[in-house]
Amino acid sequence: MSVVEIGGVTKRFGQTTALQGINLEIAEREFVSLIGPSGCGKSTLLRIVGDLIQPTDGEVVVNGKSARRARVDRDYGIVFQDPVLYDWRTVAKNVSLPLEMAKWPRQKRAARVREMLELVELTGFGDHRPWQLSGGMQQRVSIARALSFDPALLLMDEPFGALDEMTRERMNMELLRIWEASGSTIVFVTHSISEAVFLSTRVAVMSPRPGRISETIPIDLPQPRTAGTREEPRFFELVTQVREALHLGHDVDRTTPAPQEASA
Amino acid sequence: MSAIAVERPRDRAAASVRRGVGRGLLFLVVLAALYGLWEGYRWLWEREGWTWPFIVDDTTMPHLHDIVAALWAHARPGGVGPRLISILVDGALFTAKEAAVGFGLGALVGFALGVVLAHFRLLQRGLLPWVVASQTVPILVVAPMVVVWANPKLPDNLKDWGAVALIAAYLTFFPVTVNTIRGLQSVDRRALELMHSYAAGDWRILWKLRVPAALPYIFAALKISATASVVGALIGELPSSIPDGLGAQIINFSQYYTTQPRGLWATNLIAAALGISFFLIVLVAEKLIVRRAPENLA
Repeated sequence: MSVVEIGGVTKRFGQTTALQGINLEIAEREFVSLIGPSGCGKSTLLRIVGDLIQPTDGEVVVNGKSARRARVDRDYGIVFQDPVLYDWRTVAKNVSLPLEMAKWPRQKRAARVREMLELVELTGFGDHRPWQLSGGMQQRVSIARALSFDPALLLMDEPFGALDEMTRERMNMELLRIWEASGSTIVFVTHSISEAVFLSTRVAVMSPRPGRISETIPIDLPQPRTAGTREEPRFFELVTQVREALHLGHDVDRTTPAPQEASA
Repeated sequence: MSAIAVERPRDRAAASVRRGVGRGLLFLVVLAALYGLWEGYRWLWEREGWTWPFIVDDTTMPHLHDIVAALWAHARPGGVGPRLISILVDGALFTAKEAAVGFGLGALVGFALGVVLAHFRLLQRGLLPWVVASQTVPILVVAPMVVVWANPKLPDNLKDWGAVALIAAYLTFFPVTVNTIRGLQSVDRRALELMHSYAAGDWRILWKLRVPAALPYIFAALKISATASVVGALIGELPSSIPDGLGAQIINFSQYYTTQPRGLWATNLIAAALGISFFLIVLVAEKLIVRRAPENLA
């Protein structure tokens, strides 16, 4: 069964066409990355799936219902590039925020928060304030928050874009472990080719002006991925394949000057 | 995973004691410097016989120690009656009641108005200029009207001082409204998207996100309002001819200034202390209530 069905989605901001005729179907337990240059509309597409903005045309179905219905039913968790933690709340209180919104009883909330902090290996940091943690730790709090109410779908908008390379690779491993453990479906926006290949079961390559999916590439690397995965010849082949797809998408309008991007 | 260094509670307590002592010392140093400036100015102007901008003598600039001494003197000539300080402190407490009620009322009204105006842009565009206009009317003009309008309607236990509290509220609400609007609209776009992803309604977004985010702005306004409410109460007492507050003492001593200058200065001192106390109470409340990252504190 598909978790996400995107059918003919177009999004225009005034004169600018951010997305043009997007079709994408994402099955349960898939890990799909959207990759493309700045301004190709990948974040916009993610927000349309999350019903945070509405498409000009086309339809999004999440878990067999409208995107709006799915949002109201709290079917997805979202993680941004910045952790967006509320600094007036402790780490534990940040993780329990969505549970408060869903009106979970206090006891159940506390138990769930402990479980989530354990999942992201932050046990013992519940009483800290967000600003006392490092950037990588803060991002893990935001992942714990997104997963706290056990959503079927996790939307991630360049979640590790602000981290250094070392932390980023470690966070990639963590995310795969969490994905494995939680059994959710993930849509992941990224700039990084190697990150997309390493994490995903499928990579959707996007190209700009207007934003569209130029190619989807299945990633047939064996599961589970390990540190050794990045050194396999097949990994490099797939990285090359994604890179070439990206350049192909870019070549189409290499002659046109780049306008200001509407949405990063 | 490597933990970053986090201060242990005992270190933090010791550090805050050190900070407190440091601030206390700084306060004393500034006090001594101000005393030196005042007395030095006096000494220089008297010795040189300078007359610009005014002649310096015991009437225009009494010795600071004389002003403090006057506080402990008996108020009436001949060394009878209560000491001046007890009269002034009684007056200050009465004025403090008016100012505190006015402050509370003004802060609530200011906050509520801010919330409404922040949520309805059209209303904000329509009403905000009038809110601003309300503050350009001199309080000395408004005060007698408020007393005349409000007093007949007030129950006996609120008579007179209730009207003064209203005047204090009039000076209090404005900064709170302006900063509440600004604070509620300061919320990060993604923090809002996060709330929308939880299907949170406007009411919960207001209380779980917008208000906590606005608190540093609101407290910045409350600090201004705290002192303004004291000024409002003092001015409000003038046209209402309430004998119990500091305002009456100010009128009284300004009439006797040429013969008893120290009385007015002593009253000034107490009025300033009252304003500072109000400010400090808000400051302490802020420290207890607002828990934000250091970079997000106003």
